[in-house]
Formats: sequence, structure tokens, C-alpha cells
Amino acid sequence: MVQITYRDALRQALIDAMQADETVVVIGEEVGRYGGAYGVTKDLIKTFGPERMIDTPISEPAIVGAAVGAAMTGLRPVAELMYVDFLGMTMDQLTNQAAKIRYMFGGQIGVPMVLRTQGGTGRSAGAQHSQSLEGWIMHMPGLRLAMPATAEDAYHLLRHALTMPDPVVFIEHKSLYTRKEEADLSAPKLPWGKAAVRREGKDLVIVTYSRQVHYALEAAEAMAKDGIEATVIDLRTLNPLDMDTVRTHVEKVGRCVVVSEGPLTAGVAAELSARITEECFDFLHEPVIRIAGEDIPISVSQALEAGSVPSPGLIGDTARRLVA
Amino acid sequence: MTELRPDIRAAASAPGGNSGLLPLYRTMRRIRSFEERVGELFVRGLSAGSMLHLSIGEESAAAGVVKAMAPEDTFTTHHRGHGIFLARGADPARMMAEIAGKESGYCAGKGGSMHIADMALGHLGANAIVGGGIPAVVGAGLSAKRLKKDSVSVAFFGDGATGQGILYESMNMAALWDLPVLFVCINNQYGMGTRIDQATRNQAFDERARAFGLNGAMVDGDDVEEVAATAQELMDEARAGRPGFLAVSCYRFYGHARMDKSPYRAEDEEAEGRLRDPVLKARLRLIERGGAVEGQLDAMDAEIAAEMDATIDFAAASSAPPLSSMFRDVYAVGEPEPEPLRVRLNRILSKGAA
Repeated sequence: MVQITYRDALRQALIDAMQADETVVVIGEEVGRYGGAYGVTKDLIKTFGPERMIDTPISEPAIVGAAVGAAMTGLRPVAELMYVDFLGMTMDQLTNQAAKIRYMFGGQIGVPMVLRTQGGTGRSAGAQHSQSLEGWIMHMPGLRLAMPATAEDAYHLLRHALTMPDPVVFIEHKSLYTRKEEADLSAPKLPWGKAAVRREGKDLVIVTYSRQVHYALEAAEAMAKDGIEATVIDLRTLNPLDMDTVRTHVEKVGRCVVVSEGPLTAGVAAELSARITEECFDFLHEPVIRIAGEDIPISVSQALEAGSVPSPGLIGDTARRLVA
Repeated sequence: MTELRPDIRAAASAPGGNSGLLPLYRTMRRIRSFEERVGELFVRGLSAGSMLHLSIGEESAAAGVVKAMAPEDTFTTHHRGHGIFLARGADPARMMAEIAGKESGYCAGKGGSMHIADMALGHLGANAIVGGGIPAVVGAGLSAKRLKKDSVSVAFFGDGATGQGILYESMNMAALWDLPVLFVCINNQYGMGTRIDQATRNQAFDERARAFGLNGAMVDGDDVEEVAATAQELMDEARAGRPGFLAVSCYRFYGHARMDKSPYRAEDEEAEGRLRDPVLKARLRLIERGGAVEGQLDAMDAEIAAEMDATIDFAAASSAPPLSSMFRDVYAVGEPEPEPLRVRLNRILSKGAA
């Protein structure tokens, strides 16, 4: 076990993957000399050189497109998108090319690339640098999607992503980079698509992922003081979804809240809610409740920014009303 | 780089220098015949849909550039790419079967005309997004460089793609990183119904390439030898890490796709445009130079016609892909697959009834 930040766990995963596999290259804006906008690739260029830490012009579509071509011809590229908000620039290459190539070509070839990016609120970065766009990716068949909440998961999921045969979108949370915690980096390979049960309780289940896992746990600890016990499920990956784990726990207690930082409408929480309702209907005492981002852009004001996404307080209040 | 290397020009225009022209003619004739059969497949109601984009009139670009490619080279094409794939050595029967959406096709009936691909021939895929296949050659160039493969990657696209930003992003990266890459713009004068002069003020596309630091050339597609010679020079340069761009000017003889009768262009213009026939011009040149007599060429044409007729029979006789193949290939074999909706519905509804 080591004490390590989420950022350094990611960095270590890249180092270990690049040492294990000569074909892994990192391509993106400021990944080399600058060391990454959030420092994840700091000094990697010193170890791996500019041939494997490829600094690019500001051309997000071609960064992703080049990664697609590289992945089809023998490399295992990590394309870095500095902010998930830049997905809009790249959606053709990601969703029409990377996601569909194996299928369109009848299974002849896959696109084993990882798109590493980060999203979410917490740094007053404004409407174009703070979004939670995982719903866009989850909506698109052919793309695996990971959203780690802990340093240990960040390490193991990224290592795993760099052995997978299909394109993976790997969305980090910008507010977790400096979070330091105990992690076992030498643990056995983490299965892909297996949720983690972070806490168990008899009264309700909170299903969430990424930073909201920590908010849900904070809310759960506060509720526990008043005798309300919540299960907190960290999905880890949104493609595939571990509905088996979710179902098992929801069926036990009959109440469920789903939490996502992304906008409410037609979002990840909506999909989770629909699935849980369909699959666990006979066991539910109450409707599945969605707690999600407001259907508005993110403001730069810290007050407005924090107010527009779920918080431990909102999760706790909602859960208390549900079990009351 | 506008001037051809003198030795290449001399070889191409040498008297009796037909040793190169006859195979180019044959390739172009095969493309023409194949595309005509694609039209027939549609008329006979055997094609999968009407989104079939014929490259009739554009054969010299495919034949001339592909001739300069080596076995290890890779390429992507646009949606009008049948001719390029055929020139590369594709089996026209399996191509036709794919265009008909059959299991025996190159992509087992999942891709079709606009998404045909074949890794064995280095075909990284045709594309239905204008410009969509271009950046992949930058990635293939990075692979070649990093993995020390002697492989050039060629992006084929139409003049329509010159309106897409990703072309310029890709050219910039290729030049910046000295990649073994060639960009080939087949300028057939039309992006669907919009003529190129309605889409851009400056049609000297090679100037754009040179502005990024690439080798750049424009050739008249009427002359397949000119195309081949220029492509060879640019490919040699690209192989040495000096990427290039080639624009081949030609005329799209027919409509955008099978349902398009080209009401947006005048008959006079079409009649004149169809005089720019690289297949006919190569044939006349062969006869004029004495490299082949008309009877020989007729016999070759007849043999090709028979081969291409058979592709329709093959496609017609092939089976549709089984419904069970529908969920295959979204992800790699052995990876978690999407749950079919019908399975899901049965699971949920039978549970509710229990």
C-alpha cells in the first residue's frame, strides 16, 4: 500500500504501461514538454522521449483521428483531450470512426486506443471547461467508458484500459487530482465492468461514479449518525454497466437514489433510473430518484457552480426524505 | 514541387513506352466495367440501398496512384472509392457482394459501398464522412515511423473534403512530423451538387499543401501516365519522410449517387466533361503508339466484362448475413456484448409475470 494522489496514480499507470508495452504512445496537447495541463504526464518525456510523448498542435479532431489510424496499424495510443468539453471538436473521429470501425468492417480490426480526458466542476473553469459529458459517450455503442473515483481505481482501470481491444474513453475528474489516499498498485488486475460496493446499509442504495462517490459517502456517513444506513455503489465503468451488482443491492433494500454530475435530462442518471426501475420494479418501495446536474450551463462563480451540481448535502437531504 | 523529375517524364513519354500504359489501361477498364455493374446491380434491385457513388471518369487517379504504392503501404478512401480498392487488387466479386450487403462481402455485409475495408490489402477503410478517413493516415504514418515499417499511408478524398478543417490539421501534422504520408485529392469538380467554383475561390489546392510544408502537385487526370509519374515521385518522397499532396483533376461523369440525375448541371457541361475520359484516352494512345492493336484491347475488354458480369451473379447468389451476426463485432470477441433488446424484454417481462 502507498499513499498516492489520483494524479500520481494515473501518472504511474502510464509509466508502467509504457514500460510494459513498447507500442504505447501518448499523443495530445501539452503532454510532453509541458507535462500535461493537470500534471499527469509530468516529466514522462524525460523517460520516454518525444517519440512516445507526442506534443501536438491544437487540433483535437486530428489528434483523435491520428490515434485511430495509429491504433489500426500497430500502436496503442493514449490520445489526451485536455478537457472533456473539447469532445465536441472530436465527435466524428470518436463516434463515427473509432467506435464503429470494428463493426463496419465486419470484425476485421479493432481500434485499441484510450482517450484520456477530464471533466466535472470544482475549479471555476466556466461553462466550456467544467462539463460532465459522459452521457454523450455512454450513448454511443462501441466505446468503453471508465470514470474512476479513487487513486487505486485510476491506476488499475488505466492499466486495464491499455490492454483492451476496443476504444476506451477514460474520464478523470478534475477535482480529484490532488486527492491523496491509500492505494494498492500491485493488486491483481481489476475486472473491467465490475462495480465496487463502497459501503453497505439497510435503508437505501446510492448508485454513482467519479467524484460523486465521495459526496455520496460523505452524505452516508452523516446519515449514519441518525441511524439511516446507505449502500454506496461506485460503478467505476459506465460501459459496460454492472447492473448485476446494482440489482442485487437494490432488491435487498427497495430504495434507490442515482447520482450523476451530468445534466439531468436524458443523462446517465436517467438511464440508470430507467434500468433499475425496469429490472427491480417488484422490489421497489419508492420511485428511483435521480440527483443530477441542473439543466443549465456551468457558471464560473463558485457559488453558482457548486449550486448547479449534486452536493453531499443534497444527496443526504434527498435520501432522508426518501426513507422517511 | 511542380516539375516532374526529368527521368520519369522521359520514361513515360518514350516512343513505344507502352510497357507501363497497358496495365494502367487494364486497371482503368476494370474499374469502369465494375462501376457500370454497380449501376446495374442497383437497377436490378440487388444493391443494399442507393448510396452508391460511382468513380466513372476518375479512373486515372485510382490506377495512377495505386501503381506507385508498395505492398506494405496502407490507405483510406472516401465514399467514392471502389476504383481505388479495385486498383489495389481487391476481388471484385467480394466487393460487389459487400455492395449488395451480403455475407460473402469484404465486411460480411455490415459495411457496404461506403465502409468497405480490407486489412490484408492495407485498406484501412472507406468513409461516409467527408474527410473522415484523412487523419487515420497521420496515425498510420506515426506507426510506420515508430515501428520502423517501410510503409507509406495514402489518404484518398474528393474535392469536397478541401472544405473540411481536418484535412488541414492532418496535413500540418504530417509535415510537422515528417511522416510517410500522401494526401490525394480527386477533384471531380463536384461535392454532391455543388461545383468546386461554388465552394472555393482558389482551386490551386497544391498551394495549400505547400503552405504547410508538404510537397504539392496538381495533375490532369485525363492523362493516366502523368498521374502515375507524379504519384511515383511524390510517393518516393513520402517514403523518405517528406509527405506530399496530389490533386488529380477529372470530371464526375454521372450524378452524386444513384438517385441523382444531376439536374443542377447543364447537359452541355456534362457532354464536354465526359470528353475528359482517361480510359478512352489511354486506349487511343496505346493504339497510336503501336503498343497494342485494337483487337487485343477488345479482347481484353471482353474478358474484363465477363469477369465483372460474374460479380453480379456472385453477389446475387450470396446469402444475406444471419440475424445472429447483428450483435457481433461491436466489441472484440470474448468481450461483454450488448444485451439484445428482445432478450432484455423477455427477461424483464417474464420476471414481472412470475
